[in-house]
Amino acid sequence: MSNRWRAVALGVAGAAATAIPAFAVDLDVTCRCVIGGVNSGTAEWIENSVIPAFEAAHPDVDVRLNQFGGEDAQLTQQLALDFSTGAGPDVSAFDGFLIPSFVEGGLLKPLNAVAGEAVDSWTGWAALSEGSRALMAYQGDYYGIPLGTDVRMLYTRKDILSEAGIDAENWQPASWDDILAAARAIKQVKPDSFPIQLNAGVAMGEATTMQGYWLALLGTGEGVTDESGKFIVASQGILDTLNLYKTIYVDEQLGEQRAQLLADGRNRSFANFRDGVTALLFEGDYFYRSVTPEGSEFAVPDRDAVLGWAKIPAKAPGAGIRGQDFVTISGGTGFVINPATDAPAEAWAFLSFMNEPEQLAAFQAIQPRITARTDVEIPNNPFLTETSQALLPLTTARPNDPNYNAVSAEIQRMTEAVVSGELSPEDAMAQYGSAVIAIVGEENTVSLL
Amino acid sequence: MTTETTAAPRKRKPRNFALLSNWAGAAFLTPAGILVSVFVIVPFFWVIFVSFTNRTLLGRTALNPEFVGLGNYLTLFDPATFFQRGQFGFSLILTTQFVLASALLGQALLGLLLAWLIQTVPPWVKRITETFVIAAWILPEVVIGFAWFAFLDRDQGTLNMILEGVGLPPGDFLLQQPFWVIVAFNTWRGAAFSMMLFSSAFSSIPPSYFQAADVAGASSWQKFRDIGLPLIHGHIVTDLILITMWTFNTFTPFLLTNGGPSYRTELVSIYNYRVAFQDFQFGKGAAVGVIMMLINLAFALIYLSIGRKKKVR
Repeated sequence: MSNRWRAVALGVAGAAATAIPAFAVDLDVTCRCVIGGVNSGTAEWIENSVIPAFEAAHPDVDVRLNQFGGEDAQLTQQLALDFSTGAGPDVSAFDGFLIPSFVEGGLLKPLNAVAGEAVDSWTGWAALSEGSRALMAYQGDYYGIPLGTDVRMLYTRKDILSEAGIDAENWQPASWDDILAAARAIKQVKPDSFPIQLNAGVAMGEATTMQGYWLALLGTGEGVTDESGKFIVASQGILDTLNLYKTIYVDEQLGEQRAQLLADGRNRSFANFRDGVTALLFEGDYFYRSVTPEGSEFAVPDRDAVLGWAKIPAKAPGAGIRGQDFVTISGGTGFVINPATDAPAEAWAFLSFMNEPEQLAAFQAIQPRITARTDVEIPNNPFLTETSQALLPLTTARPNDPNYNAVSAEIQRMTEAVVSGELSPEDAMAQYGSAVIAIVGEENTVSLL
Repeated sequence: MTTETTAAPRKRKPRNFALLSNWAGAAFLTPAGILVSVFVIVPFFWVIFVSFTNRTLLGRTALNPEFVGLGNYLTLFDPATFFQRGQFGFSLILTTQFVLASALLGQALLGLLLAWLIQTVPPWVKRITETFVIAAWILPEVVIGFAWFAFLDRDQGTLNMILEGVGLPPGDFLLQQPFWVIVAFNTWRGAAFSMMLFSSAFSSIPPSYFQAADVAGASSWQKFRDIGLPLIHGHIVTDLILITMWTFNTFTPFLLTNGGPSYRTELVSIYNYRVAFQDFQFGKGAAVGVIMMLINLAFALIYLSIGRKKKVR
C-alpha cells in the first residue's frame, strides 16, 4: 500500500470510529455539587440514582454529570457566558431568582419552546403547586422544574447559650435587641468568640443578600422594592439594617469581620459554628440538611443535642414586613434546559425523569428536604417538618425582576463597605443609591427619607 | 575630500528583487491578513462600537441595547462618583500608585541592585540567583498566586510562622495591607526582567573602565554612580516604559485578593473584568477597555519615539 492510500485508509477508519458513537446522544448535566464536597447529596443523587436509571430506560442516551465546585456566582458567570454563545451543559441546576435576568437577556427560553409539546403534556405539572411552579417561572412561562424551596431561620448552639446563662431550650428572641443581648452575654463568658453570623460582603455573593441583608431589612418592615416594584434607594430601614451590621461587626465585634471579607468566608462561617466560635447563625434550612449532617465537612458534633433554632424576630415586635413579629424569606432552585441544546427531546426526557416521584423519593432518602411536588412524601424529619410549618406562613420572596441580580450585587458591596469599616451606613447607602439608579434608571427608584 | 562628499549621502534606490509576483505575494499574505482582521481589527472596532451602547449580558439591554453616545464615558468620569471606592477613578489612582510602587520603585530598583551585585559575585552564586529570580518570572500565574496565598495566610501561612519564630507579632496581611501585598508580589514577580536587562547592559561595559577606576581607588558606589549608571541610561528608560505598561495591565493580583477587600486592590484591569464579566455591563466594560487601550497607546508611542531617537543618535 502506498503512503497515500494508507493515509486515506487511516482517515476513513478514523472517521468511522468517531461516527459510530454519534448514534448515541450525549447529555451534559451541571450542578454546583461535588460528591464529598458542596451539595454532596445532590451530586450523589444524580450520579448514583438518576443517571443509571435514566440510561437504563434510554439506552441510546449517554448522560454525564459535571460536578462544579466553585462559588454560586462563578457558576452563574459561566452559564451566562456559555448560554450567550450557544455552548454549555444541556441541563443545569439553576437558582430561580436568576430567571428574569436570563430570560430578558435572551439566554433562556420557555421549556415548551425548547422541547415542544412533550413539556405541556407532562403529568408532573399537576403535582407541583402554583407557588412552587412560580419559583422557576417568569411572566407566565415555565423555564425549569423546581426541585424545592427553603426557609431561613436563626440557628443556635444550645450548649453555648447555656454557658452564657440563657435558657437555650426555650430561647426565642422577640427583637434585634434580644439577639444582641444574648450575643453580648456570650461574648462576656467567651471573649474570643464571635457569637453572631449575619452574612455580609461581596465574597459570599447571593448568600449575603439572602442570609443576611434581607433577614434584617424585612424586620424593619421594608423590602428591596416597594409595593409598586420600585427599588428603594434610601430609607430608614436600610439605615437600621446597616447600623445592625455596624454594631455586630465594627462597634462590638460580636461577629467575625474577617469571615465577611475573605474569599472563603462562607465556609469560615460554617466552621465557626461547627467549632462553637459562633452561637447564633442566620441560614437557610439547607444548613441543616446539607451542611451539618454527620460525615460532612461542617458536621456539628452531637448535632441533635446541640443545634437549636429560633424564628428571626423583626427589629421590634410588629415592626416586620406586613406588620409581622417574625420574618423569613424563601428562594427556590431547580433545573433548566439550555436553549441551545443539540438534544432538546432527550434533555426534557432527562429533566422530567429526574422530577418524577420515584427519583425524588430517592433524593429524599439521601437528603430530606422541603419538596416542590405534592405527591412526594414529606420526609419523616421532625426538624424540617417543624421549621417549614412554622416559617412557610411567614415567608416572602425576592422581586421577580430582571434587575434584581445586579441590585443584589450592589447590596453585597454596600454591606461590605460597612462591615469592613470603610464607610458609614449613610455613605454606604448613598453609594448604593447611585449605583441602583445607574442600573434601573431613576424613574424606577424611590427614596423613603 | 571633494570626491568623498559627493559620494557619501547617495540616496539608495529600493531594489525590487521579489521572489514572487505581486499577485502571488498578496495571495500568500491573504490568510494571515484575514486572521489578523478577524481576531484583531474587527474586535478592536467592535469594542469601540459597544462602548457607545448600554449593552449587557443579562436583563433587557442584552437583546435591545441602545446607543448611548458618550454616556458610558461620562459615567466613568462623573466627578460626583469618580473618586469613590469601586469607581473608575479610584482604581485608576490605585493603579498609578501600584505602578509607581511596584514597577518603578520595586522592580526597577530591585532589578538594578541584583544586576549590579551579580556582576562581581562568583559565577555559581550568579547562576543560582538568576535561576531563582527568573523562576519567579516564568512560573504559571495560578501556581504563583496559590503559593503566595499559602505564604500569606493568617492562620497557617509560612510568613506568620517565620514571624512568630523570630518573636515578631503575626499579621493579617491580605486583609490589613492588601495594597502592599500586591506591591510586594508584583515586585518579586517582575524583578527578573529588569535584572536580566540591566545585567546584560552592565556586562556590555568594557571591563577596562572599571579596572581604571579600581586603580584610581574608586568605591563600589562611585563605580556604580559614575560608570555603570550613565552607560546603561538608555536601557533604564526602555525598562521603565516596558514594565510600566506591563504593570498597568497586569491582572495577576486578582488571584491573591480578588480586587478586595472593599476594592482596596481593584486595579484598572480588575475593575474592567468586574464591570464586564461579573456585572455583565458590556457597554461600560468596553468603554473602560477603550480608555485602557488609549493609555497603552500613549506608552507605546513614548517607547517608540525614544527608540527612534536612539537610532538617529
